[in-house]
Amino acid sequence: MTVASEDGARPTADDPRRKAHVILRVNGEDHEVAFLPHKTLLEVLREDMGLTGTKHGCELGECGTCTVLVDGEPQLSCLLLGLQSVGRDIETVEGMAGADGLHPLQQAFAELGAAQCGYCTPGFLLTAEALLRNDPQPSRERIVEELSGNLCRCTGYLKIYEAVEQAAAARTAPGAGR
Amino acid sequence: MSAADASKGDAPRTPEAEGLAEQLREGYRLIGRSPVKVDGPAKVTGATRFADDLSLPRMLHAKLLRSHVAHARLVRIDTSAAEALPGVVAVLTGEALPTSFGILPVSQDEHALCRDKVRFVGDPVAAVAAVDEETAFEALSHIRVEYEPLDPVFEPAEAIKNEIEPIHDYGDDGNVHKRVSMEFGNVAAALDESDLLLDHEFFYEGNTHLPMEQHATLAWQEPDGRITIWSSTQTPHYLHRATSKVLGLSPSRVRIIACPNGGGFGGKSDPFNHEIVVAELARRTNRPVKICLTREEVFYCHRGRHPVHMRATMGFRKDGRITGLHFRTLLDGGAYGSYGVASTYYTGALQTVTYEIPAYRFDGVRTFTNKPPCGPKRGHGTPQPRFALEIQMDRAAEALGIDPADLRLMQLQPAHGITANWLRIGSMGLGPCIEKVVEGSGWREKRGKLPRGRGIGLACSSYICGAGLPIYWNAMPHSGVTLKLDRGGGVAVFCGETDIGQGSDTVLATCVAEILGVDLTDIRVTAADTDLTPVDLGSYSSRVTLMVGNAAIQAAERAREIVARTAGKTLGVPGNRLRFAEGRVFDVQDPDRGITFSEAVSQAEAEHGTIATAGSYTPPPTPGRYRGAGVGPSPAYSYSAAVVEVDVDEETGVVTVDKVWIAHDIGQSINEMLVIGQVEGSVYMGLGEALMEEMTYRPNRFGVHKIPSLLDYKSPTTKEMPEVVTYLVTDPDPNGPFGAKEVGQGPLLPMMPAIANAVYDAVGVRVDMTPITPERVLKALEREDRRCAPKPLPDLRIEDTVRIKTLAEGGDGTSPRTGRPTKESTAP
Repeated sequence: MTVASEDGARPTADDPRRKAHVILRVNGEDHEVAFLPHKTLLEVLREDMGLTGTKHGCELGECGTCTVLVDGEPQLSCLLLGLQSVGRDIETVEGMAGADGLHPLQQAFAELGAAQCGYCTPGFLLTAEALLRNDPQPSRERIVEELSGNLCRCTGYLKIYEAVEQAAAARTAPGAGR
Repeated sequence: MSAADASKGDAPRTPEAEGLAEQLREGYRLIGRSPVKVDGPAKVTGATRFADDLSLPRMLHAKLLRSHVAHARLVRIDTSAAEALPGVVAVLTGEALPTSFGILPVSQDEHALCRDKVRFVGDPVAAVAAVDEETAFEALSHIRVEYEPLDPVFEPAEAIKNEIEPIHDYGDDGNVHKRVSMEFGNVAAALDESDLLLDHEFFYEGNTHLPMEQHATLAWQEPDGRITIWSSTQTPHYLHRATSKVLGLSPSRVRIIACPNGGGFGGKSDPFNHEIVVAELARRTNRPVKICLTREEVFYCHRGRHPVHMRATMGFRKDGRITGLHFRTLLDGGAYGSYGVASTYYTGALQTVTYEIPAYRFDGVRTFTNKPPCGPKRGHGTPQPRFALEIQMDRAAEALGIDPADLRLMQLQPAHGITANWLRIGSMGLGPCIEKVVEGSGWREKRGKLPRGRGIGLACSSYICGAGLPIYWNAMPHSGVTLKLDRGGGVAVFCGETDIGQGSDTVLATCVAEILGVDLTDIRVTAADTDLTPVDLGSYSSRVTLMVGNAAIQAAERAREIVARTAGKTLGVPGNRLRFAEGRVFDVQDPDRGITFSEAVSQAEAEHGTIATAGSYTPPPTPGRYRGAGVGPSPAYSYSAAVVEVDVDEETGVVTVDKVWIAHDIGQSINEMLVIGQVEGSVYMGLGEALMEEMTYRPNRFGVHKIPSLLDYKSPTTKEMPEVVTYLVTDPDPNGPFGAKEVGQGPLLPMMPAIANAVYDAVGVRVDMTPITPERVLKALEREDRRCAPKPLPDLRIEDTVRIKTLAEGGDGTSPRTGRPTKESTAP
């Protein structure tokens, strides 16, 4: 681990209970956070920053539920240490809606019933967001491929595909704000 | 069907009630449409607070130590080292909680922590509360448990022999938890006179719910000593009962708040040991205590699909008519009772509701085994027999040279009829369902005509819309709703229902909004809080839309009546001409003559005082009154038909489902988008059960779950999900709210047999087992009989069969022996 904490105190192996004190950039804002060095980004977000929008389904990197964006790429926050996230740009579901309302993906997920229990939804939203940034008009095949690492037990995925397609259409429509 | 009709038995009809009936006849504003669900925005922004999202100041974290042996006597537990660990606040063993509990009154066989014995790998023996999860986890390794191993049993065929020490000290005999046998009509004679007799064995593998949310519970002792529990539970009412019982507290001092569930599918329907443990830890430490199970632990909680070994003996006449059915089931119950007595009955209850079966016999046995307990999963006890029954229909069609669709259509159970086993059917839309999927899929052009390796299969099913009887037999309502109208036009709705993703909050709000003519956004739902909300029995047995919907309609009608009386006077309009719509109350003959809903409420409040109403729902009485008649009756039955097209690779045995056409008789959609969502989700889950999902254990003495993880327990990803074409059949049921029936469970049922039948059409082999794995397909392809089937069913040792005359035989729904209903409580 090469990341130094902000106050220069470096967590050491013989003192694993000493908290690291760092700045994390989450949803475009810098946050000063102190947490135990072994904590995952998932745990730091949920437990130390109160950002419980990011969910967990296995904490082993198997289900995609805890997906967040790190420097624009979908990452499983359960497999990333909080300390590895210092100096990187972290985006969570809490950062998607703006002053002008829901993000087009959120709007489409709500309108089309792509969120049933809603537990896997934040992970799907962020995975889809990364996809649309790279490919604003993805084919159905591409959507299926890109979302294949996220499990959903409620919807059978079909409404999720439709929501991603609707959001893609909304984003690229003339006059779309985002 | 109008809402006013739904609450029959009320006071004589008023002009205001007539006005409502006419308002609804003129056309629904919300019912059947697809507005965003009331909790939709919260779900897509991460704002919904699931149980593990909650935390309280000074909160402790709990962990459970689970048995690593399958069957053993607990000799000694030494917790002293764990207690001495810095950061550990409390350690609990079974000594602390001597009272047993369980979901069914007849199976109170669980303890929050094991006391004398452990019964499966994963059974909890001790609990720790510590300042953080890591410390609690570490403390577990300092607890010393001494076990005296006992012979375990893992297979029902072995368990039924009763050669080991029984897992429990109750049940029908030894490791037989429940043995049931009943006959309606003379089945032997019916089978004797058949032209075609089919007699085959089937095996349906156990599988699990796999909700994405791991179970979590937070408990807190309030300063006055009351206990509040927030939990991911589908049944706050039953958790309320169980917690009060085990903690020895009056229910008035225990409050259960069911958080929105991150998926349930039946897996959060039992009161769980971890829920009671954290309540006790909170009491002992006087601090909030939370537990969140690991994914591995969720596999041990289980309560999922029972593995069922079946034999279906079925007679047909040359013209295709069914003469009789003798159905036998052997259930692998796992280590505890759970809903198992009900599950056992359900493996025999609903065979009769799709096609007319004049004579029917059912023998069922549930055994205890040293594995995680089985219970209710989506379809509860009915997917297994439906798998066998629909494959037998396919076999019969082929043997008799009749199209499988026609074979079904020729003998549909009539609407509003009574089945051989005394179930009263309401609306019955299976015929149109079959016609829609047959036409949409091109069935008649494709069946038997697709190139080798491609096949098409059809299957049908039915499911209950709520159990007709409650788990605890009593005369009280199954569902209650209270309403409070605010002067500002808002409507607060309170109900014990629990949203598990199916959209029950939205169903509740929609029924109220339709009648009061307000927008969904004017409604504030408070749900699933035993202190604040009237009892609803829970999100199981597909009961919520029908029962909560009817209770909501009654509460809303009563509120509308109060407001309408005052508004009628103010406006000088007779009550039957008043309409409530678009947030206004107005004269239907002169729509400009009206006031806003909020003005109308204010005026009514000035006249009558605070406007608060209640509604409740109790299912109608059931015609069957024999012993065991408690399982199967329902206010209504939904129907589904599915056609699937598959590709079977004869070299690898891999089955790929390419497309699904599914029709569902919904009665009437409350929210069509949510209905289609349930259908698609059912197709998905059925696909997993048919092709890949299985709970498997080490085939040695240890009984360890082989694959307790989301990676190894195979479930369909985006890549396995086929295209689905959904058709909804609208055939309003007189008992449904606005005619609505269930959709959460029924559409799963036809998937598995439809896929099996399609595999047969593709490559000519019968796989009479689930999941239909490549190995099984290859095995069937290699065998001379072109079949993959289980070993013969062991002797169920049925000694006593309850014989009940059918309606056609002049019966009255009772069994001769008792002649009256028995008090055995076996619902849902």
